[in-house]
Amino acid sequence: MKRISIDPITRLEGHGKIDIFLNDEGEVANAYLQIPELRGFERFCMGRPAEEMPNLTGRICGVCPEAHHMAATKALDDLFHVDPPPAAKKLRELFYSIFFVTDHTTHFYALGGPDFVVGPTAPPAQRNILGVVQKVGMDIAGKVLKMRRDGHHLIEMIGGRKVHPNWGLPGGVSRGINEEQRREIEQLGRDAVEFALFSLNLFEDVVLKNSNYVKLILGDAYVHRTYNMGTVDANNCVNFYDGKIRVVGPDGKEHAKYDARDYREYVAERVEPWSYLKFPYLKKIGWKGFVDGVDSGVYKATPLSRLNAADGMATPLAQAEYERFYDSLGGKPVHHTLATHWARLIELLYAAERWVELATDPEITSKEYRVLPTQTPTEGVGCVEAPRGTLTHHYATDERGILTKVNLIVGTTNNNAPISMSVKKAAQSVIRKGQQVTEGLLNMVEMAFRAYDPCFGCATHNLPGQMPLEITIRDPSGQVVQRYSRFVS
Amino acid sequence: MSGTTKGKLALYWAASCGGCEIAVLAINEKILDVAALFDIVFWPVAVDGKVRDVEKMPDGSIDVCLFNGAIRTSEQEYMAQLLRRKSKVLIAFGACSHEGGIPGLANANNRRQIFQTAYHDTPSTDNSSGVEPRPKTEVPEGALHLPVFYDTVRTLDQTVPVDYYLPGCPPEADRIWDAITAIVEGKLPPPGSVIGPDTTVCQECPRVRNEKKIKKFHRTWEIIPDSETCLLEQGILCAGIATRAGCNARCPRVNSPCIGCYGPNTGVHDGGARLMTALASVIDSNDPAEIERIIREGIPDPLGSFYRFGLAASQLRRSKRTNGATAAKTE
Repeated sequence: MKRISIDPITRLEGHGKIDIFLNDEGEVANAYLQIPELRGFERFCMGRPAEEMPNLTGRICGVCPEAHHMAATKALDDLFHVDPPPAAKKLRELFYSIFFVTDHTTHFYALGGPDFVVGPTAPPAQRNILGVVQKVGMDIAGKVLKMRRDGHHLIEMIGGRKVHPNWGLPGGVSRGINEEQRREIEQLGRDAVEFALFSLNLFEDVVLKNSNYVKLILGDAYVHRTYNMGTVDANNCVNFYDGKIRVVGPDGKEHAKYDARDYREYVAERVEPWSYLKFPYLKKIGWKGFVDGVDSGVYKATPLSRLNAADGMATPLAQAEYERFYDSLGGKPVHHTLATHWARLIELLYAAERWVELATDPEITSKEYRVLPTQTPTEGVGCVEAPRGTLTHHYATDERGILTKVNLIVGTTNNNAPISMSVKKAAQSVIRKGQQVTEGLLNMVEMAFRAYDPCFGCATHNLPGQMPLEITIRDPSGQVVQRYSRFVS
Repeated sequence: MSGTTKGKLALYWAASCGGCEIAVLAINEKILDVAALFDIVFWPVAVDGKVRDVEKMPDGSIDVCLFNGAIRTSEQEYMAQLLRRKSKVLIAFGACSHEGGIPGLANANNRRQIFQTAYHDTPSTDNSSGVEPRPKTEVPEGALHLPVFYDTVRTLDQTVPVDYYLPGCPPEADRIWDAITAIVEGKLPPPGSVIGPDTTVCQECPRVRNEKKIKKFHRTWEIIPDSETCLLEQGILCAGIATRAGCNARCPRVNSPCIGCYGPNTGVHDGGARLMTALASVIDSNDPAEIERIIREGIPDPLGSFYRFGLAASQLRRSKRTNGATAAKTE
């Protein structure tokens, strides 16, 4: 049996590695996504004071520390039985909306977008953000840099630091904002809405008006009919900061809608001996292996999943885009993995609109941004939507608030099984009996998992280009038959 | 480095979160200046990341390697040794490679305990057959390999000799640029030094300091501090008093205590002990029993509070091993 090893040399708690096995006929027999590292947060946080968790768990991921910071802070509210004042909730959601805009921007322009803007078959050296700049002009590079800089500037202004903010507390936040800061936040938020609209127009011009790309998006190689998960508000609209978690089936029908606290009734995690990262699945459906369909507990938690799991968007411009999205792609739900890029831009627009809404809320500069907990801490769960999926923090403590139990299900982990499946399917579609494996394989496979914005590519969010990838094909004796690599120089 | 030849720069990550990579990018357009001054010969996220190309480079052919992350697995250990051999100057970049960082808190446990929690005890884990990840697994199609997960988190300099340290979780963009400038201008401090100022966070903090007389420590959720006065004076355990400057006191500026991510000052062998000593000196009592009571009641987790980032580098280093805890092949 031949083996193809793809070593992205990037990370979620370490590097990610994909092994594709070919059978004797030269067809794909199986594919494995391996995560070769663990750091043990669930264990070493035990014994720590619960209030440490927003800062400790931020160190799970330096690309999206805001997500862990926020899930941890919400878990502390629950743990200490304290309801933050309205201004505190609004400040947190404002902060979180700014984070989402920043994070989605970097993914689209640095990671996912180049495949489409420059083209999936363009020379690898051009298929990066520099290639995007060449193709669409320097002023766009300026816009992207400004968006990122604005986002990080405000994250630091509100939360203390650009990377690893230190701000969340049970019952609120450590500091509010003043009127001068609010005005700046509002102005930059209006810029962000313009930027999101501009990005959607760019996607329209470059991708949707190109029939080859549309064919690629709708092609069978990138379809997975799985369950979809996302957080919704009281009107079943997408929300990143708070709400109920909703799961819809491959047919779009609601499978479950639950409070964060009840997550254990709905999600379980499977252990495989060949990866340090567990494989979550829907408990009531059960684990049936790496397969899609209504009888398999595999689910996805991505921007596309969130749109599928909701009935709409809570802001007007994003809602219009949401409708256009489903009109264009043949109705709900959409199972085309590559449509995740479009969904991400709709979320970008929503986050920017929400940013402005909250920045212009009369209560946002209130001094009532904190209340002190008065009850004995016991147990708490906090969920937010991380850019890469539903994020769950679950803590239990003794009566002094010292942690006795910690459970974490992080964004990309939700998608551990689907990413493996997507890689296998994409590989099956391009690796055919008797055909030489070409460089095209590399990018087709790459595109399959890049759509998930997997966080084992943490830092790739921010750099020119794509994940460094290498594919090695060996014969059954281990001898290298062919080797391809694609790196940005 | 001469003015005409570009230097060779490598960047690598081990047990870390990726925040150091983001911090490098936070120097914004100055990253282009870096690209003008250096050929980046190895940076897995950005350039040709083939390990075997590094293996082929002559020893000492990389001018500077910025290495972030602690050492927890066999793979990370190998990369630390490889990059040490290939680099003239190896810089421990960020709190994890410098002092073990937050992942170093795992040294209060061992591999067995970490696996027990992650793969068995966590409430959403469904593992009735008792499976655990292992270095080699036979699947129907062949063998799959994982790096060995060691019992102990080590700092970079507990693994290989290190020339300089750039502290912080993550280092602030300005400090990164200072370090790059020092490298380019040949103005590095003596080998073994931390690159950065040698004052404390208190020196950068805008809060008003009076005489500190602490009768009681408060958990952060127990009081709402005023926004002008020194947090430590208000009874909040702020590590700024024993933490190296460099961040511009960013956390105290948003009413949050310093958590000590820049580590201790030069000459301090154990950051946690230094912080404890500093606190003892501001407690309003001369009675050892009362001092102990004030610390015990207000600081329920001394290990995590005093060695939050520095356990792996400290004199404590790790919890005592018991039988069965040393299965990993390291040390």
